[in-house]
Amino acid sequence: MRGLTPDYEMKTPKNIKEALQILSTNSGEWQLFAGGTDLMVSYEAGKLTHKKFLNINALHELKGFVVNDQEILIGGGCTFTQIKNHPIIQQEFPLLVNSAEATGAIAIQNRATIGGNIANMSPAADTPPVLIAYNADLILLSSKGYRIVNYTQFHKGYKRADLRADEIIMAIKIHRHQGISHSYYRKVGTRAAQSISKVCLAGVACVFRGQNIEWIQIGLGSVAPIPMQAIQTEHFLNEKDLTHENIQQARNILMDEIHPIDDIRSEAKYRKTVAGNLLTEFLESLKK
Amino acid sequence: MKINFKLNEKNISVDAPPMKRLLDVLREDLGLTGSKEGCGEGECGACSIMLDKQLVNSCLVPIAQCEGASILTIEGLGTEENLHPIQQAFLECGGAQCGICTPGMVMASFDLLKKNSNPTVSQIQTGLAGNLCRCTGYVKIIDSVTKAAETFK
Ligand SMILES: Cc1cc2nc3c(=O)[nH]c(=O)nc-3n(C[C@@H](O)[C@@H](O)[C@H](O)COP(=O)(O)OP(=O)(O)OC[C@H]3O[C@@H](n4cnc5c(N)ncnc54)[C@H](O)[C@@H]3O)c2cc1C
Ligand code: FES
Ligand code: FES
Repeated sequence: MRGLTPDYEMKTPKNIKEALQILSTNSGEWQLFAGGTDLMVSYEAGKLTHKKFLNINALHELKGFVVNDQEILIGGGCTFTQIKNHPIIQQEFPLLVNSAEATGAIAIQNRATIGGNIANMSPAADTPPVLIAYNADLILLSSKGYRIVNYTQFHKGYKRADLRADEIIMAIKIHRHQGISHSYYRKVGTRAAQSISKVCLAGVACVFRGQNIEWIQIGLGSVAPIPMQAIQTEHFLNEKDLTHENIQQARNILMDEIHPIDDIRSEAKYRKTVAGNLLTEFLESLKK
Repeated sequence: MKINFKLNEKNISVDAPPMKRLLDVLREDLGLTGSKEGCGEGECGACSIMLDKQLVNSCLVPIAQCEGASILTIEGLGTEENLHPIQQAFLECGGAQCGICTPGMVMASFDLLKKNSNPTVSQIQTGLAGNLCRCTGYVKIIDSVTKAAETFK
């Protein structure tokens, strides 16, 4: 059951400066509140951990995109609807369009923000594997200034990450000229819209003549306590030819490397098999 | 806390705790019971409304986030005497049975047809993917939207 509604406070700061000021004295009593698609579900279930919320949903500083020659910055407050409709993202980062479209139905995509998706730290979220594949950086802002954290280093354990209580995910930065020749995204879930992923794999690669992998980067969801980079699998595949044996061996390495959290053994085994199948499908697609 | 917003083209002001759900403010404080509560967690779409021209689940919106917003509910779309063409189409095609999902279905259809006046069946399915119906089996709902699209053209 939900707690008593009047017990909860919500403050709407005028600008990001005021938000950071409030957070600078935050010893954990204020929680950021963006689109609310995770927090309102916790609220309904009586599982909110905080009573005071800082409404950052209207802060325009978190809303836009910045595109220059080298990189694109996606504001932490951008919704998945804004992301999937952005022309540069459509042209250069199709996996982000795929993951945005896979995130709930339209009414969810209209509210859910990318910053909230990251900060919620769910191992089953659909966009984090894409951010791993694209080697994204997070720009974290506090009253002390900003710092940049590579997303592959962000998650530290189940629901733990390199993010302080006085910080806001200001933007996600992705390099534009990575030399990607192939990209792949697939989410395996139950219901088409709204389903929590069973397994999700996002991968990008630079492949020479459909034969030799120059480099590859792979992110996975729902196969470990955190969104996970398949480092050992990547390491094995870099500079390898796309032979049947190599694909087979990469699949075995991946299935060893991942650690589905599910206690029910068959469930974990099933996830491993699905992840292996997705990897095989991705690697086969590199030959074309 | 006082919150001012525009509801179905009228400026209004309500006094409510900031975390009260928009759905509850509509139903309890403002007597607009068209928007329904199915699940209360964003899964069923029975509470769908338009917030600043975007389809959202009103069960997931705290009222404090509605300050200055413009909201359209099913009550603002049509009236019993003067049905919106989408409502008319649902009536004619049997798109509503028990009716619990219908206001949300109509709002989601409205959002879809605004962006795409000639949707394919698969586009209708995507547009309504966040709305569950336990009665109709969806075929008649899709027929209703197709029919409504004809009047939108
Ligand atoms: C019906 C339904 C279906 C869904 N389906 C999917 C799905 O298929 N795939 C998927 O990945 N997700 C899914 N989700 C969850 C998805 O909507 C959220 O993860 C969303 O992206 C969170 O963003 P928000 O703005 O709504 O976050 P909020 O609920 O506002 O906040 C979530 C967390 O992030 C923190 N936070 C928010 N913004 C920032 C910021 N800028 N900096 C630092 N911390 C911040 C908050 O303090 C809170 O801890 C679904 C949710 C619902 C209700
Ligand atoms: S009641 Fe809001 S989505 Fe079900
Ligand atoms: S008509 Fe009964 S739930 Fe749709």
